[in-house]
Amino acid sequence: MVYDLTDNLMNIPLYYIWKNFLARKLTTGITITGIALVVFVFAAVLMMADGIQQTLSSTGSNDNVVITRKSSSGEITSIIDRATADLISTMPMIQKDETGKPLLTSDAVTIINAPKKDGGGLSNLAVRGVSENALKIRNKITIISGRMFTFGARELIVGKAIEERFSNIAIGNTIKFAGDNWVIVGIMDAEKSGFESELWCDASQLIQAFNRVDYSTLTFRISDNANIEQLKALFAGDKRLNQYEPENERKYFEKQSEAMRLFIQILGITITIIFSVGAMIGAMITMYAAVANRTTEIGTLRALGFQRMSILIAFLVESLITAFIGGFIGIGLASILQFYSISTLNFGSFSELSFSFALTSNVIQGALTFTGIMGFIGGFLPAVKASRMSILAALR
Amino acid sequence: MSSIISISNLTKVYQRDKQEIRVLNNISLEIAQGDFVALMGPSGSGKTTLLNIIAGIDRPSSGNIIVADTQIASLSETELAKWRSRHIGFIFQFYNLIPVLTAYENVELPLMLTPLSKSERRSQVELALNVVGLGDRMHHYPKQLSGGQEQRVAIARAIASDPDIFVADEPTGDLDRVSAEEILTLLDRLNKEFGKTIVMVTHDPYAAKRAHTTHHLEKGDLLQEESKL
Amino acid sequence: MSMIKLIAKNSFRHTLRVILTIVGISIAVLAFGLLRTVVTAWSAGVAASSPNRLVTRQAVSFIFTLPYAYKDKIAAIPGIDQVSYFNWFAGTYIDKNQFFARVACDPETLFKVYPEYQLSSNEKAKFMSERNACILGIETAKRYNVKIGDIMNIDGDIYPGKWQFVVRGIYTPRTKSDDATQMFFHWNYLNERMKSDYPNRADEIGWYVIKIKDAAASATISQRIDNLFKNSRAETKSETEGQFQQGFVASSGAIIGAINIMSYLIIGIILLVLCNTMIMTARERTREYAVLKTLGFTGKHLFTFIAGEALIISCIGALIGLSSLIPIVQGFESVLPKGWFPVFNIENSTYVMAGSSALLVGIIASIVPIYRALNTRIVDGLRFNG
Repeated sequence: MVYDLTDNLMNIPLYYIWKNFLARKLTTGITITGIALVVFVFAAVLMMADGIQQTLSSTGSNDNVVITRKSSSGEITSIIDRATADLISTMPMIQKDETGKPLLTSDAVTIINAPKKDGGGLSNLAVRGVSENALKIRNKITIISGRMFTFGARELIVGKAIEERFSNIAIGNTIKFAGDNWVIVGIMDAEKSGFESELWCDASQLIQAFNRVDYSTLTFRISDNANIEQLKALFAGDKRLNQYEPENERKYFEKQSEAMRLFIQILGITITIIFSVGAMIGAMITMYAAVANRTTEIGTLRALGFQRMSILIAFLVESLITAFIGGFIGIGLASILQFYSISTLNFGSFSELSFSFALTSNVIQGALTFTGIMGFIGGFLPAVKASRMSILAALR
Repeated sequence: MSSIISISNLTKVYQRDKQEIRVLNNISLEIAQGDFVALMGPSGSGKTTLLNIIAGIDRPSSGNIIVADTQIASLSETELAKWRSRHIGFIFQFYNLIPVLTAYENVELPLMLTPLSKSERRSQVELALNVVGLGDRMHHYPKQLSGGQEQRVAIARAIASDPDIFVADEPTGDLDRVSAEEILTLLDRLNKEFGKTIVMVTHDPYAAKRAHTTHHLEKGDLLQEESKL
Repeated sequence: MSMIKLIAKNSFRHTLRVILTIVGISIAVLAFGLLRTVVTAWSAGVAASSPNRLVTRQAVSFIFTLPYAYKDKIAAIPGIDQVSYFNWFAGTYIDKNQFFARVACDPETLFKVYPEYQLSSNEKAKFMSERNACILGIETAKRYNVKIGDIMNIDGDIYPGKWQFVVRGIYTPRTKSDDATQMFFHWNYLNERMKSDYPNRADEIGWYVIKIKDAAASATISQRIDNLFKNSRAETKSETEGQFQQGFVASSGAIIGAINIMSYLIIGIILLVLCNTMIMTARERTREYAVLKTLGFTGKHLFTFIAGEALIISCIGALIGLSSLIPIVQGFESVLPKGWFPVFNIENSTYVMAGSSALLVGIIASIVPIYRALNTRIVDGLRFNG
């Protein structure tokens, strides 16, 4: 029987690719490591940006509206006096709870100092005084140990992230601020949102303790038949209310991190572009060397009847395999980051914000696509060179 | 004529995995100064290994070898390198010129190890290239030269440091008949005109005819001697 | 021909591969330089600090105010030369994306505690004499094309209301590490409005900047200031300006740490790329190295050849990378929100670090190839066939 190899495009000598792989273990290993590092950094940056995004966009629900003073830079610098708060609480577009009371919380937000666990000294923590309906409005929050604080008492519930980062945070311990001792009675989980980095207490107690008069912000659940645009128009048109503005709660918190997120994205994209070019070059160098060293073999394969296209695909596949091995290692390493969280000063709220690295499907997709592109572009030109070699030149 | 190379009871053994391979078996041999010797034998006979040991680029497993009045087996690597540069000129089958250097620069290469000044080096190089007849191609790169010319440059390089012994491993192996003839004539000149000792490995009987003495090796053993004067 | 010429010629033997390697290295050096520039820009405030200046702020957070009444009490402490005060004004200028410091100050003491802000005596006099005058750093003035005599309209947020200031001076920084972007106006102007509109917010300042006579006394004086106001309604925290600035840097420490790690990873990548090339190159030259050994070249020579080649490649790559750094940094700065980093320079330390990394990388990348070249026997090398 005569096998007509010249007809079969897909006769790619796979075992040939595999053998060559093993033959050049060291340089292949180096190339893979390089690609793994690049993919790791790429994924890590994406994960950081996504982590910040997740934290801040999960802080806040689309069903809620936040009222702040116009042109205040954050909740801390916003001031809403009692009269205005009372006025707003009577508005019809606020949903009512089962007893007919408005689902509204008047928050007083401030900052205190607390010592960190890792000996990093004092850091700023946000304390949020809330009203009785607060948990119903922010329903992503659950008390995971202890209980909710009692209104009228100087008690606190503490976000999970604070328990992890700051010293002496446990149920039964007290924290001293505003000249009084506040008892921790519960720990809350807020689905990794910004609220997990806060201490909550009774708003009126907070205001009293700090000798304040006014609230910082109001948050309420908007009723189904109302929309935010109507609300904005209403505020803008009313002389008593035009100093204040309503905003979708989720959007409000997202904006607080906008600067930081933007920065990480810009930095991340710049670095990634630079890196990817570097990685492609690394891959190219390896592949060109591979081609150059195997001219005789290529010539032999061609003489035996393998098509040019088969040769090209063989080298391209080799390049892609190398890249993907590196890519998977990089993603694997990046996934370890999920166990770490970072806390930094959020300039929007001037208090500590914890966020973790989020390995979303977005990140994995992005990293794999990136890897594929690197492997393809890095291997393409050398593969073309291999396929275009004339048999005679190769065998000489 | 005195011996410039004295070998007695020379053995070379290689360890490959668990097997011992005897490449050279108790060889004893004298090579006179000014002789032109051919080492012949089928592949695997050990002729190249013997050449390498004489040239000081391989060491015997046991036995005695004196080359140019030196017990080379007892020299350290560094001493051996120095000794080689002074006493041995190499001619390889595949010329082994450095592709990024011109003919001139290739020939100059071994002289860089000497204390000669730039102009002193130049006169040596030009002399060597003229001897091999390539004075007009000094600044060509190897890829611009034919096989025979490349080999001549290699010979010039070997000449440049003025060694006593030339060691050639299949010097005509890669050349056509005409170029091979040119090379052999050149070697002849080096031997007759300049009194250099030449030890040449070859399997080409035509090349062997140009030598004065031929030794045959087979499976590591030295066979009978053939002389031609 | 000299040794150097030989090394140089050999370096460019495989032109495509060497060019790719050089490009790869220059790109990585570029990335490294960019990251380091970001990190140093973040700490620019620390670098510009003077050991003779203390900052006193509200103990919990600098966003809370301190009473103006503290000023004289602080000034009475021995060892203190000048006491100046500032309020962070912020506000919206044009839109919310224009970042430069807008600060209420005491013009009498401003230049005494910050001699690095230079202003002609003419402009200084005008600034001091007009209630609603302001001065601008030269970079901000350039960015917004503002000249002396122009009016700046700011929509207050911390201090609500519409504010107008007349530009009476444009200051230049003494060195390029000093902030040339700030806007200063009269604290009295701010306070007058507070007294009439929000009387319970009057007579409050944001932070004090204190010039002391002897830098060595900074810790003791800081302690004394804080003791003055311990257990009062507004406790203070005093520290050197450097420590104060460092506090800001430390608060973003995690992100800076991440960026630092990235920059070291980059050096690692450079190393790998160059290692790869050198190993491949040396491998191909196995036979040649054997020939050189036959000619009498020793291990020392081979070491020089290989290391020399690696160093040439890494240094050329570093040079190209560093020279492209300047335009890239400028480009990066233009994409960032304006004024985010008031000082964004390529520090000398960045150049030094990049340069020495390149040298180090060149040497390390030579290790495996040199080891292999030295340990290959001549006969094996001659037999080598690629």
